[in-house]
Amino acid sequence: MAWTNIILQGALLGGLYALFAAGLSLMFGVMRLVNIAHGDLIVLAAYCALMVVQATGVHPLLSLVAVVPLMFALGYALQRGLLNFTLGHEILPPLLVTFGLSVIIQNALLEGFSADSRRLQAGALETASLRLGDQLAIGWLPAIVFLAAAVIIALLEVLLYRTPLGRAFRATSDDADTAQLYGVGIRHVFALATALALAVASVAGVLLAIRTNFDPSIGPARLLYAFEAVIIGGLGSLWGTLAGGVILGVAQSVGGALDPGWDILAGHLAFLLVLVIRPRGLFPKLVD
Amino acid sequence: MRTKPMPVSRRHVIGAGGAVAAAAALGLPAIAQPRPFKLGYVSPQTGPLAPFGEADSFVLANVRETFRNGVKIGGNTVPVEIVVKDSQSNPNRAAEVAADLINRDKVDLMLVASTPETTNPVSDQCEVNETPCVSSVAPWQPWFFARGGKPETGFKYTYHFFWGLEDVIAVYTDMWAQLATDKVVGGLFPNDGDGNAWGDKKLGFPPVLDKQGYKLIDPGRFQDLTDNFSAQIGAFKQGKAEIVTGVVIPPDWTTFWTQAIQQGFKPKIASVGKALLFPSAIEALGANGENLSTEVWWTPAHPFKSSLTGQSAGQLADAYTAATRKQWTQPIGFAHALFEVAADVMKRSHGPGQRDATLAAVQSTRLGTIVGPIAWGGAGPFKNVSKTPLVGGQWRRGGAFKYDLVITSNATAPAIPAGGKMAAIV
Repeated sequence: MAWTNIILQGALLGGLYALFAAGLSLMFGVMRLVNIAHGDLIVLAAYCALMVVQATGVHPLLSLVAVVPLMFALGYALQRGLLNFTLGHEILPPLLVTFGLSVIIQNALLEGFSADSRRLQAGALETASLRLGDQLAIGWLPAIVFLAAAVIIALLEVLLYRTPLGRAFRATSDDADTAQLYGVGIRHVFALATALALAVASVAGVLLAIRTNFDPSIGPARLLYAFEAVIIGGLGSLWGTLAGGVILGVAQSVGGALDPGWDILAGHLAFLLVLVIRPRGLFPKLVD
Repeated sequence: MRTKPMPVSRRHVIGAGGAVAAAAALGLPAIAQPRPFKLGYVSPQTGPLAPFGEADSFVLANVRETFRNGVKIGGNTVPVEIVVKDSQSNPNRAAEVAADLINRDKVDLMLVASTPETTNPVSDQCEVNETPCVSSVAPWQPWFFARGGKPETGFKYTYHFFWGLEDVIAVYTDMWAQLATDKVVGGLFPNDGDGNAWGDKKLGFPPVLDKQGYKLIDPGRFQDLTDNFSAQIGAFKQGKAEIVTGVVIPPDWTTFWTQAIQQGFKPKIASVGKALLFPSAIEALGANGENLSTEVWWTPAHPFKSSLTGQSAGQLADAYTAATRKQWTQPIGFAHALFEVAADVMKRSHGPGQRDATLAAVQSTRLGTIVGPIAWGGAGPFKNVSKTPLVGGQWRRGGAFKYDLVITSNATAPAIPAGGKMAAIV
């Protein structure tokens, strides 16, 4: 029973990792852009939600109504106005620019909100849980996080494989130059990809902020697991990213139960193991 | 943009040389102006440790105002210059800025605050470069032993004031003894400087708890920013722990405490270092922060006053709230006290540039500060370490702010008034 609980908690945590990773996976999938500032953008979304909650007093989950469109617009502007200029044959410029962006966002947040540790108050939802036995309980919040990850990934899959926009995404991903010849405006497509990625990031940010404290400097620490989830799942595969998150979460949880010092190590080992057995991840979609 | 190199002729060079010589000659009297007494101050103003440095700008403004007309050193008025550097919560950066302050700014006295990650690299730089240094806001064991300090010899240039692990253990066990529990303690000790020191089998909590009849469940060291505490919660539930203790960072405590309630684990007492220091961190817990307890180094109720401004602890805290509209935090008192020591040392020094006299002044400090009396020169480590009093308190709702820190244990420092008795978490 205790082990069931430990595996279950790890799997639910995987949902959070997948949520962090989905936007990253999308941006990389469509334009091969590794966004180092992704973690900071998640934290930025959390601060936006905090401002909305403080101004209106609504429940943090409702603040998404304002934060998602805001981050969507920010993503579009960011890609169109900055990141598009960094894309080319070199891989270094986007890395450097997003790294700089990460530093700028952290310091702007520090200036604006101070270093105080903040959290979005969700009242009873924070600690409510479904007891399934003495050693087994599912917290509502972790369950919501996992469901949110699954639903968002399902929606993105529908978007990618059932809509004209998705076709444009996939075409650009396969061969941007040829897609352009067929009339796809790749600058616009790239901007929409980043906009979508940041919309997903804002859901991640709000759920993270309800789950635990955040402060301006916490973003990068959250990025590592997101990268690992993307790689484990296989580049370009969104369901793979969810699977990657769950594998990472369960590995950490089981490792932590054996010895708390092995928690993060076990996650990294699972990551390395997948790389050794399937160097391109479990469900790779991209052929590079 | 293209620029042509300026044509330089022999005449130009000679002319310029003459001008330089003339300027140097004219500039000579300016050198006779008294050089300011330079204080270097390193603290974490950005990065994860930034809450510790949050009160710095208030304290510095206050201190700069006091030093505006300089200080009297042996009958002369000497201007004071404070050079402030941000460690960015990074030990390597802290060492780098300390070296800069020593070699480039040529500071006469170094001051450094907050956590071993800041105090240790800066103190090490000062010891190597023979610059007097006063540090605070890090328990003294991680400051002394982690730097390779030997009780027989100690350090020559570096001095520290704060409390130690023995104090926090005494405070916590006094708080726990006030309530009837099964004496089973769950320990949350992360794999960082503080966690390893607190959980140390010889110098930390385990031997003392053992002696006092407590049973400690220590599942082992975990990494900071852990997202899942189900293993620890399972172990505490199984062992029926009624007390939880440890030294964790604020996000980890929120994750642990939230998950513990989700999993149906609620101890009677939770006494935690680091995570519960700052009001913002306790407010983050919403209604679930009530009666959580922590160690208390400084409050507005401490019966001390500033040797620099004459303010009482309460007045200093009120001034902070008036200036920033924020609730007081514990580092305010200690940041202020560092500059109290600096002012006192300057007065007894022989002025700027006289390193040995400044060092002697630091060594012979006997000063009543806003955090209590400070004096160095005791036996063993206490040649370099001056201990300040430590008490314990619980966060309670109500009052002027969302949560107030009420002192519930003062057995270790009876001079500091208690505001109540320990109450169990409900």
